[in-house]
Amino acid sequence: MAELLRTHPLEAWSTALERLPDTVGITVEPFVAMAVVRLGAVGAASEALGAGLPTTPNTWVPAGSGRAVWLGPDEWLLSSTTDTPEELEARIRAAVVPLGGSVTDVSAQRIGLRLTGERVRDVLAKGCSIDLHPRVFGRGSSAQTLLGQAGVVLMALSDAGDDFVVLVRSSFAGYLADWLLDAALEFTPTHDS
Amino acid sequence: MQLIECPWCGPREEVEFHYGGQAHVPYPDHPAEVSDEEWAHYVFFRDNTKGRFAERWCHSAGCRRWFNAIRDTATYRFESVHRLDAPQPHATELARSRRSTAP
Repeated sequence: MAELLRTHPLEAWSTALERLPDTVGITVEPFVAMAVVRLGAVGAASEALGAGLPTTPNTWVPAGSGRAVWLGPDEWLLSSTTDTPEELEARIRAAVVPLGGSVTDVSAQRIGLRLTGERVRDVLAKGCSIDLHPRVFGRGSSAQTLLGQAGVVLMALSDAGDDFVVLVRSSFAGYLADWLLDAALEFTPTHDS
Repeated sequence: MQLIECPWCGPREEVEFHYGGQAHVPYPDHPAEVSDEEWAHYVFFRDNTKGRFAERWCHSAGCRRWFNAIRDTATYRFESVHRLDAPQPHATELARSRRSTAP
């Protein structure tokens, strides 16, 4: 059987992204295991999972090696950088199914883009009306919204407003990379001089 | 662009939302006894109010939850939004003006 090589959807954009200056740095995050949890009884699950699920809308918390993102009043996105997708799903399933919840492996659904630099907030503001000032969107904030025309999960990683993660559907990643490169154009030196 | 207040996520752009039509249309009490014409009125007939109107909306690009809103159809202004499990403060007043599902 032919070996299927795993390619990243943004491989073709890697050169263009590397060329960006540090003020609008965009790096592609490696694949991580992700799972969506649907659950009503949150309190008990937090104990069983060994990590708290955020109950405040539009927030995320670190969970083990990954993150737990609030997606809805009974819906969370859990990620892990150390577990395989199968391990992550099995571990969460053991914790939430006895409580009447469900879990679905969505590792292939989204990929992550890390946006760092003092001007990334200006870049994001071109396609998203959410106030990203660290005063209201500091570390631990998240939002599911539209960036350009693409649905994304936006997360703030710093209290300085210069470090964000954008989770975007793999099939929209090319569009979003193009959109981000275009939005970052005014902060990108086009000549060597 | 108009901002709509999602009861869960807060104010978001209107393009993130989907309209779900009139809210609080009562399901027939005795569905087995309802005539075809009465079913048609339940399924297809909706008010076309000018002014305050109870509507269903879905924050489809965000938390994907349905919620109810009181919106003025003349000014587009959202008066209030309610989670589905919240009591409807204006429901009785709006219900009085609503045509019944009977023909």
